[in-house]
Amino acid sequence: MTQRANGPDSRDIRPQQGVDTKDIREIVARRGDERGGLIAVLQDIQARYGYLPQEGLKEVAEGTGRSLVDVYGVATFYRSFSLTPRGKHLICVCLGTACHVRGAPRILEQFQRELGVGVGGTTPDGEFTLETVNCLGACALGPVVVVDGKYFSNVAMPGVKGILREARSGSTRLKEPAAQASAR
Amino acid sequence: MREKLNSIDHFEALQDRLVSEWDRDVPTIVIPAGTCGRAAGADELIHATQQEITSRKLDGRIRLRITGCHGLCEMEPCVLIEPEGTIYPKIDPTEMARIVEAVARGEVLEDLLSQDPETGARIQKQKDLPFLKKQVRTILGRNEMLDPMRIEDYVRSGGYSAMAKVLARGAPAAVVEDVKASGLRGRGGAGFPTGRKWELLAKQPSDGGKFLVCNADEGDPGAYMDRSVLEGNPHSIVEGMIIGAYGTGATEGVIYVRNEYPLAVEHADIALQQARELGLLGEHILGTDFCFDISLVRGAGAFVCGEETALIRSIEGKIGEPRQRPPFPVEKGIDNKPTAINNVETWANIPIIIAQGAQQFAEIGTANNSGTKVFSLVGKIRNTGLVEVPMGTTIREIVHDIGGGPAGNARIKAVQTGGPSGGCIPAEMFDLPIDYDSLVEAGSIMGSGGMIVMDEDTCMVDVARYFMNFLKDESCGKCFTCRKGTQRMYEILDDIAKGSGTLEQLDLLEELAHVVKDTAMCGLGQTAPNPVLSTLRYFRDEYVEHIRKRRCPAGVCKELITYSINENCVGCQACVRACPVGAVKGREKEQHSIDAEKCIKCGLCRNVCKFEAVDVT
Ligand SMILES: Cc1cc2nc3c(=O)[nH]c(=O)nc-3n(C[C@H](O)[C@H](O)[C@H](O)COP(=O)(O)O)c2cc1C
Ligand code: FES
Repeated sequence: MTQRANGPDSRDIRPQQGVDTKDIREIVARRGDERGGLIAVLQDIQARYGYLPQEGLKEVAEGTGRSLVDVYGVATFYRSFSLTPRGKHLICVCLGTACHVRGAPRILEQFQRELGVGVGGTTPDGEFTLETVNCLGACALGPVVVVDGKYFSNVAMPGVKGILREARSGSTRLKEPAAQASAR
Repeated sequence: MREKLNSIDHFEALQDRLVSEWDRDVPTIVIPAGTCGRAAGADELIHATQQEITSRKLDGRIRLRITGCHGLCEMEPCVLIEPEGTIYPKIDPTEMARIVEAVARGEVLEDLLSQDPETGARIQKQKDLPFLKKQVRTILGRNEMLDPMRIEDYVRSGGYSAMAKVLARGAPAAVVEDVKASGLRGRGGAGFPTGRKWELLAKQPSDGGKFLVCNADEGDPGAYMDRSVLEGNPHSIVEGMIIGAYGTGATEGVIYVRNEYPLAVEHADIALQQARELGLLGEHILGTDFCFDISLVRGAGAFVCGEETALIRSIEGKIGEPRQRPPFPVEKGIDNKPTAINNVETWANIPIIIAQGAQQFAEIGTANNSGTKVFSLVGKIRNTGLVEVPMGTTIREIVHDIGGGPAGNARIKAVQTGGPSGGCIPAEMFDLPIDYDSLVEAGSIMGSGGMIVMDEDTCMVDVARYFMNFLKDESCGKCFTCRKGTQRMYEILDDIAKGSGTLEQLDLLEELAHVVKDTAMCGLGQTAPNPVLSTLRYFRDEYVEHIRKRRCPAGVCKELITYSINENCVGCQACVRACPVGAVKGREKEQHSIDAEKCIKCGLCRNVCKFEAVDVT
């Protein structure tokens, strides 16, 4: 797999920070025995740190009794895991078929030009990481771009600048979806 | 916390109570808020509606129901008013005040209704929309009736009755017989008869446990019907799985959802919790001896994990590489225990089969292809959205009658079905009935139901290259021919798209395609050549034009096109300002021109031009 991509989770993406082994042990204890155990553990760690820190993987290997090679293998096999820290804002351009025929590759190129990074890259100021995804299931609205969990539909090239501006201002962060569940 | 139900009678009493307490005549504002609805702005509509209802003190007199996706994607964000069935498409939150007011008075806002594209006549009722007229919405139709976060909505609309019926009947083998008699074939792609799979599972020894899996990996880009069902009606899947477990003796269930669907994950999780609270999952379901529970596993972004043996590995927390079959999962699946895997839509059909009876179910569709199938109709089409039709409906009916034909001026030239494993079917063959067997004959497959419409502005070489790029990235790398074959096919397609291909390469491409098809171990590799073979079969002239004339007739392949400005140009300077590399020159009010040396062919000038003055040749 040559490029990384990620689902549109709306969690807070934090820059690199110290890894708290207690945290990781707690995640392993909570998730380790579930079905899909190791994957669930790594997902929670990524949700916590925004990526999979190396020290964390060692801790996971110890905690789950699987070899580090195994853990590393899973972490690199699946697209949604990142082994490097990501920027403050995650831009995810859909390259699914429906978006492709409606011009998604050009939208991606426009983001690459505006940000000066390739797919998987993070801008030097740590603001943006650019990733791609193969379909978000909102194909009718293509081309679709998700920024920090907010969906932009029918994106046209001239609109790219505005999306970046909105992301910088922080208004792409979604409210907790759970808030709506409790309202019902 | 809900009160646990201890018997079938107890459940029926709850259902009766929910039905009798429900006043159908209370006006209800229904807002679809699936992933696509929210992306289009449903959240703002919901917020505005809540405010209007509260500020006008209409609580209790007008209901608001937030549902999953109805599949009317083109109209979103939209509002449906019950009981009349009035539909308002593309509503701005500022209109909600008027709408709430009108609902309170029992009036209809003529100016907000949708219009017939031909006659301009206003269409009030949802059922009269041309998009819905030929559809048979056995599965999708239920989404609008319920809030997926409330199990009571599902129970009230008849949910879990099929399960109760099966438990009360008490003959597990009869469940398998019903599903066999219905003729249901798996909706995940290959069309394997579901009843037969279940029969095999039921025969397996059950001492160490047996598994049922719902495959919600939905990896085909451009397909999203599984998302809409799991998001919009998760209990139908849970009910289907409970019935399946009762029939086959399975002890544990798993729903495997792709990580790219956060809302589906959330709704499925809530549904499982609520079903457990009511005693419909877990130990001694409804006070019987029958025990079964379901857990939720999230994928992590790997297309190959939709393949059943890879899916099993992934559920075990391992690298999702497929393995040789046999042994089939029905013998050795999760933790080496017998496992039956079915697609989301397959599961959603189960309660319907039990409720309607197998015979009635089998009457819809054609002889060997019973029931309905949901398609996601997307791409270059006027009415994009989810379409549910009886099997055997023709592509023409779907594309032209339901989809309303082309979105713009360009003629539709093909539809792509089956995702990366499928193929392109040309417009000349649109009278083909949609069923598993006809599609295979035409060089494509049903797949999970993505239907991507392509028009004259879509380049078939580019499409083939797109899929091959996808497949070479997603190939797990285990078999040599798949890993290298997809890579080499991609390189050849890339050469052709860039104008450096040769006719000999075309033969090599075809040969490679057959080798990969014949030698790959899993379905990914075996079907990977389909996009290439089908475009070569129906659109060979486009390949030849790229090679011989170094020309892309659709104007897509960058290396083969040039941008220029024609006399429509009024000299507005929009393109001069937009060009990221300063390739467009020209003074105000004079015709501009493009420096071909500098031009990076990004197309931005064409995008910003309001006068159709930028040509691509
Ligand atoms: C590469 C590959 C990807 C697949 N992806 C999916 C998928 O996303 N969803 C699905 O239901 N089936 C998928 N399948 C088919 C499954 O292997 C399996 O046949 C299906 O889930 C069985 O369910 P059904 O009988 O109800 O169709 C895929 C198969 C292959 C070879
Ligand atoms: S193809 Fe982009 S959302 Fe499906």
